[in-house]
Amino acid sequence: MIDELCQRDRNWHPPALAEQYKSSVTRAPHQPLLSLPGSESELTGPTFGHDDIDRLDCDLIRNYAQTGDPIGERIILHGRILDENARPVPNTLVEIWQANAGGRYRHQADGYLAPIDPNFGGCGRTLTDDEGRYSFRTIKPGPYPWHNWMNSWRPAHVHFSVFGTAFAQRLITQMYFEGDPLIAKCPIVSTIPDQAGIDQLVAVMDMNATLPMDAIAYRFDVVLRGHRSTPFENRPEGN
Amino acid sequence: MAQRLDYLKESPSQTAGPYVHIGLAPSDARIDVYRRELGRDIVGPDAEGERITVTGQLFDGLGEPVKDALIEIWQADAQGEYPGKEDNGFCGWGRVVPDFDTGLFSFQTIKPGAVKAHNGQLAAPHLSFWLVARGINIGLQTRMYFGDEEKANVSDPVLNLIPEARRNTLIAKSDGTSYRFDIRLQGDDETVFFDI
Ligand SMILES: [Fe+3]
Repeated sequence: MIDELCQRDRNWHPPALAEQYKSSVTRAPHQPLLSLPGSESELTGPTFGHDDIDRLDCDLIRNYAQTGDPIGERIILHGRILDENARPVPNTLVEIWQANAGGRYRHQADGYLAPIDPNFGGCGRTLTDDEGRYSFRTIKPGPYPWHNWMNSWRPAHVHFSVFGTAFAQRLITQMYFEGDPLIAKCPIVSTIPDQAGIDQLVAVMDMNATLPMDAIAYRFDVVLRGHRSTPFENRPEGN
Repeated sequence: MAQRLDYLKESPSQTAGPYVHIGLAPSDARIDVYRRELGRDIVGPDAEGERITVTGQLFDGLGEPVKDALIEIWQADAQGEYPGKEDNGFCGWGRVVPDFDTGLFSFQTIKPGAVKAHNGQLAAPHLSFWLVARGINIGLQTRMYFGDEEKANVSDPVLNLIPEARRNTLIAKSDGTSYRFDIRLQGDDETVFFDI
């Protein structure tokens, strides 16, 4: 028997439909979600190993460099992947993607006038260690304009994708930077109903992890759904 | 006041946005960065089982195909076992990127066997789907069942939780070893999505 997960708190996450984020209007399901007891189909999930990835994959300064380092503020992003029981999630895959220092993505659909950086791909991946820790080296992404209101700008952010051990733990979120005035103005950030939930996505500058004369560090922890503790099992009546 | 529980809160989800491929399928964004991308093959050439192709489209509330999504699949092998760490040519997990111009997706895998359902009964064979895209604030979970497994579908404990009028939204139409599975985010035949 596989442990069930804690009920997902749907009031803590953004609702499917958040009118200020216009793209959600035609893409939000209208019907209530069907609540399912967990079974193997979603309580198991893929696992990854060190032969799946290379050491350089977590270094966005070097993993796409052609002629030199990318332009921008050199930073270290590090933290832990934990579950709701505050236990580390070891050996789990963490993938990130982001715009370059000018706020431009290397993607055919991004037409922002800020230039592509020939030395910056914008993606990285790594596995957490035994204590759930991960670390990336990258450059700080720039804010960028997007079509929502006539004048909408995304705060500087890094997209995070995390696995855990169950397919039902699968999570994509975004990391913001402490002190960015655009966080409070962003219609995507504000899909999160609770200010404490927003604060949970804001990385804090970490002087102790900063490399002197090299790179400023930011710390960002991600929390995945936890497993329910079951000291007594549910038993059918009579047993 | 009472004592405080010391659980953490799950990190709030945020949309994967329109550039999710950069992170999760970079070669589709024409970024050559990794030696090997993950999730390109749900099964290797040596996996046992019946080879099948699944094709479909994702539609928004206006009936327009969604062209910037990313789908992940998770499934059991032909014996109905979910992969552990060691599996011969069977990964069971994959990433599917719909075509940027048409929104059409297509992938090859093997047909899974029947697996155990939450209540210990047998579930009909199915694939678990997780989909993300611009405008989707939290990843959507659903399942694809097989149209040619009528007998198993009738007794599937999950399908039986769904009012009959909506059950078909999870059942792919079969044509030999090809299956068609369209997903509708809104509308009269909105796909059933799960909270698991
Ligand atoms: Fe973005």
